[in-house]
Amino acid sequence: MSLEVGDFRYCTAWAAACDPRFVTAASDAVAGIVLSRLAKSYGTVHAVRGVDLVIAPGETVALLGPNGAGKTTTIEMMLGLTRPDRGTVSIFGVPPAAARQAGWFGAMLQTGSPLDHLRVREIVTLMASYYPHPLPVAEVLRLTGADQFAGQWTTRLSGGQVQRVRFAAAIVGDPDLLLLDEPTAGLDVEGRRDFWQAMRAMTEHGKTVLFATHYLEEADAYADRIVLLARGQIVADGPATEIKAQVGSRTIRATLPEAAVAALGALPGVRSAERHGDAVVLTCTDADAALPALLAAFPAVRDIEVAGGSLEEAFLELTADETTGPGDAPGAMGVTG
Amino acid sequence: MTHLRYEILRTLRNPAFAGIVLALPLVLFYAIASAERHKTFDGTSFPLYFMTAMAAYGAMYAAMAPGARFARDRATGWLRQMRITPLRTRTEFTATVAGAYLLALPALVLLFLAGASLGVRLGATQWLEMAGLLLVGLAPLVVIGFVLGYLLSSDAVAPAFAGVVVLLALLGGAFGFQLATSGPVFDVMKGLPSHWLVQAGKTALGGGGWPAEAWIVVAVWTVVLIPVAALAYRRSAIRA
Repeated sequence: MSLEVGDFRYCTAWAAACDPRFVTAASDAVAGIVLSRLAKSYGTVHAVRGVDLVIAPGETVALLGPNGAGKTTTIEMMLGLTRPDRGTVSIFGVPPAAARQAGWFGAMLQTGSPLDHLRVREIVTLMASYYPHPLPVAEVLRLTGADQFAGQWTTRLSGGQVQRVRFAAAIVGDPDLLLLDEPTAGLDVEGRRDFWQAMRAMTEHGKTVLFATHYLEEADAYADRIVLLARGQIVADGPATEIKAQVGSRTIRATLPEAAVAALGALPGVRSAERHGDAVVLTCTDADAALPALLAAFPAVRDIEVAGGSLEEAFLELTADETTGPGDAPGAMGVTG
Repeated sequence: MTHLRYEILRTLRNPAFAGIVLALPLVLFYAIASAERHKTFDGTSFPLYFMTAMAAYGAMYAAMAPGARFARDRATGWLRQMRITPLRTRTEFTATVAGAYLLALPALVLLFLAGASLGVRLGATQWLEMAGLLLVGLAPLVVIGFVLGYLLSSDAVAPAFAGVVVLLALLGGAFGFQLATSGPVFDVMKGLPSHWLVQAGKTALGGGGWPAEAWIVVAVWTVVLIPVAALAYRRSAIRA
């Protein structure tokens, strides 16, 4: 019982994988969420390939990864909607089915249009009725912004409105664990901001949250911790700032015919350099340091562009079982910050 | 209770669904019986004879429809959203059974009223006994509706539902005639819940009630199908 939540945050996949006793100790100490060697295949597709993850109560974790990384399958196994081929899930010390019966789950799934022949207020009331200690429906409608269309038929909603109804359905039971599968998909900028504002209000009082996203910005802004998932495996796990530095690498492109690649690669803040004809591409760990160094060392440099690296690139680097040039897919994953 | 209330509400708000379920046997009854209203058949007046048959058909149709509607709810995906809540399977089952009977009861009453309008006259006990046995006899058919709704996709469920209802009705004699009255075909027919549903109407007319065989057939179908439905339910809930 001496483990603090704070201690715990950094003792994640690796610790759990290396030392099974750690998992036991963790679940005994704080009874958070423990995924152990979780795996699931659909035919020949290995959706999830051995995921070990410990989430402490009260933590907000982003499950970040490109499409097909296994985010949805992981979440569905946590909810007990998908049966794992191997491995176990423990939710606050019990299996998913028991957690469900206790009313601990709230979730936004990617699929599921609300039941027909009901109004928005009614479907939220219906979902509330399933939980032992639900929040007042009116309050949830207001918090999610669904009060604007509470009298509307569920079949006549826009995509953004459906997403708000899903959000309301997820939180109305006042669950301890919120699992959100790409909760802001289909929302516009304003909708996203409203959503996270409501989430913050909702989770002030120590809820555990795991949300899947493929936006680094979103993960960075709203999660304490980022778990990076690629091809069904965790490839990085740590505080948001750390992961951001790791995958948020920037590239500098410039026209610079005379410089040696080796000299460019040795500049401060530069991880690697490549030459494509007259152009050079520098992949930077710290573009702020690299750019002045580049200008100082090579005054002849022209046509400078600084761009955010794509998440996909970062994943490929981290998983390191495929090689690709750093300039192949710039900025494709919405990484701007 | 909220779940049951909204289940009923959803049924009532779908007038096309309820309307077709209630109107179809009624239309069939009037179309055929009104022309033959003064004839007798098997010693009873034709409207009475045909009313019992159509009541069985109508009740069966109504009782299976809500189960079959599950397939559509499943297709929308919201059932998965419900399956992460503490909602109990039993509550969901009970509400659907209640919904099924809620449709079957007016279906019966309407058929009885239609019968009365064509001159069918019975004593109060006969009406009640007939209605009571029909409602009991519906139990396995309600569960068949569940099984179809849980196992089949929303595309497949409509034709499968129509086919199963017609087949059971035909073999059970709900269209007003028996395919056979002896031999192996008749033996098969006697093993069907729909047969006894039709007989519920007829035996009540004679005041005899069901033979033991009827209770056994209805009970066996119900008891065997409930675990099948439960299995289908779990299968639909969890991706293996």
